[in-house]
Amino acid sequence: MSASILYTATTIALVLLGLAMACAVWRMIVGPRAQDRVLALDALYIDAMLLLVTLGLRTGNVFFFEAALVISMLGFVATVALAKFLMRGEVIE
Amino acid sequence: MSHLDGMPLWASIPAAIFLLAGAGLTLIGSIGLVRLRTFYERIHAPTLGTSWGAGGIVIASMIAFTAMESRLVVHEILIWAFVTITTPVTLMLLGRAARYRDADSGQPLSEAAAELAVETGEADPDRA
Repeated sequence: MSASILYTATTIALVLLGLAMACAVWRMIVGPRAQDRVLALDALYIDAMLLLVTLGLRTGNVFFFEAALVISMLGFVATVALAKFLMRGEVIE
Repeated sequence: MSHLDGMPLWASIPAAIFLLAGAGLTLIGSIGLVRLRTFYERIHAPTLGTSWGAGGIVIASMIAFTAMESRLVVHEILIWAFVTITTPVTLMLLGRAARYRDADSGQPLSEAAAELAVETGEADPDRA
């Protein structure tokens, strides 16, 4: 009973997060300007990170946590670098 | 699903509720990313996923692993803290970059940016 509750909840959460990633990918493909694509990439990073945390909860594997932490850090650095590139035309001045 | 079998009911129900709330809020934020019209409206949408979307899923993971391993497991709070600290920084940089690009390209500023420029006293009367 207890296991099936959590099993069903993680299944639904994985579907919802997958749909959220699909929305972000749609915006990244369609997005009229570059800043829209960068924003969509940032949202995609967050969605993927939450998907990994949910997957770790479903499988009981603690290594998904470390992958999620690395993804959140890389997402931050990537978005900052891209925003700086959009503003100045170069990343390191 | 062997590791979930031993979990007590008091842990699995709150964990499921937090998990579904977090995933639902993240999906709502991403739908906002698709449906809102201007970039300056769209930049607000994904913050739903980074505030309570991430918070709900992290709380669910903490509850579940605490009950699973019969000890306090709170290392997921690192993810929450990192996301909460970095999101305002990235989105502020991105919003500023978008505003510079709008001003540089000579296109008329979008409505939201024009209102912001009037409020902060930076409106350019030639372009408005």
